[in-house]
Amino acid sequence: MTKVTIEVNGKKVSKDVPDHTILSVFLRDNLNLTGTHVGCDTSQCGACVVHVDGKSIKSCSTLAADINGSKVTTIEGLVKDGKMHPMQEAFKKMHGLQCGFCTPGMVMSAIDLLQNKKNPNDTEIREWLEGNICRCTGYQNIVAAVKEAASKM
Amino acid sequence: MKTFNYHTPKDIKEASKLASTSSAFLAGGMTSIPSMKLGLATYKDIIDIKHIKKLSGIKVSGKTVTIGATTKHAEVANSKDVKKAIPSLAKLAGGIGDAQVRNRGTVGGSIANNDPSACYPSACMALNAIIHTNNRKIEAAKFFKGMFETALKKGEIIEAVVFNIPDKSNYQKHPNPASRYAIVGVYLAKYKKEVNVAITGAKPVVYVDKDLSKALSNSFSVSAIDGIKLDSSEMNSDIHASGDFRASLVVTYAKKAVEAC
Repeated sequence: MTKVTIEVNGKKVSKDVPDHTILSVFLRDNLNLTGTHVGCDTSQCGACVVHVDGKSIKSCSTLAADINGSKVTTIEGLVKDGKMHPMQEAFKKMHGLQCGFCTPGMVMSAIDLLQNKKNPNDTEIREWLEGNICRCTGYQNIVAAVKEAASKM
Repeated sequence: MKTFNYHTPKDIKEASKLASTSSAFLAGGMTSIPSMKLGLATYKDIIDIKHIKKLSGIKVSGKTVTIGATTKHAEVANSKDVKKAIPSLAKLAGGIGDAQVRNRGTVGGSIANNDPSACYPSACMALNAIIHTNNRKIEAAKFFKGMFETALKKGEIIEAVVFNIPDKSNYQKHPNPASRYAIVGVYLAKYKKEVNVAITGAKPVVYVDKDLSKALSNSFSVSAIDGIKLDSSEMNSDIHASGDFRASLVVTYAKKAVEAC
């Protein structure tokens, strides 16, 4: 067992978990933060993307013990004062989702893109979202949503 | 995933001591963790070396670029120093996997794993890299032994990779559209007296193509390798590309690399 102490969405949490506990499992099963989705579970699909110390990573391929002491932001941590994050607003406005399964990962990944590049073009958005797979939208409206968010952020 | 004991040694000595026949060193974990989850690999002890500060960082001196083993792909891709000294190396790092993989994956992990389709081994071969471990210095040509097999011994830890700055270089990759691994990757490096054309993805292990390297050493031009037909009998053949197609891709991408230099 390992004691994992991390800050999740601004709140300090500490749990004893088996050494091999994966971060996505820690978030979903131990902390009940089920907004982080697990799709392929082998780091291909990107539904599980969260931020660790400000950078987007795939939580299904990271050990909880490995990020001990870090700050984690999940999709649940984006809402401020009851208002959605501009990226979430943009996905809603531009119909950047259908079934919504991939959306938490898409949103977290897209926010990291805008941290790296303020006004990305279509190609840069598509390249960055390489690791996020959506089977509904055909990506057009996701790209439109990221551009919309870029204009607001 | 099967259970294991997770260790975070403070220094290289302690990490090396923890190693056994049923242990593995963990860096970014972008291959090892999915492999363990799929049951392709099981270990009793996982020794996480990425918290050892000494193993991370980028240093450019006169003739070399030194990249610490646990330096992440995103750090190499975005490094102004690497972009200036060996632009093709930054480009290679920026094309590995996806943004999230690049935020975790490391150069040491990539070459220790020695996936036949990984990008970094081709850079090591073309740029006459020296792999520094806690015990010795190994030339790239002697490091990559076979498919997923390296010269590393039990308890041996890669500390840094030292790349020799070429006069000109370029990396061209025909990526698998899903994984971004190289179906074929061609790393070309031109030095004063030699040209190295290293190929990944085409055979069970990275190699320097002698025909292409020799032809380009004699005359550094597209026409020098135009019409070269490579033997495809030892090339990988799978659902993504036949051996013949890979042999053809190698020449095509070598030409692209020459053009881009």
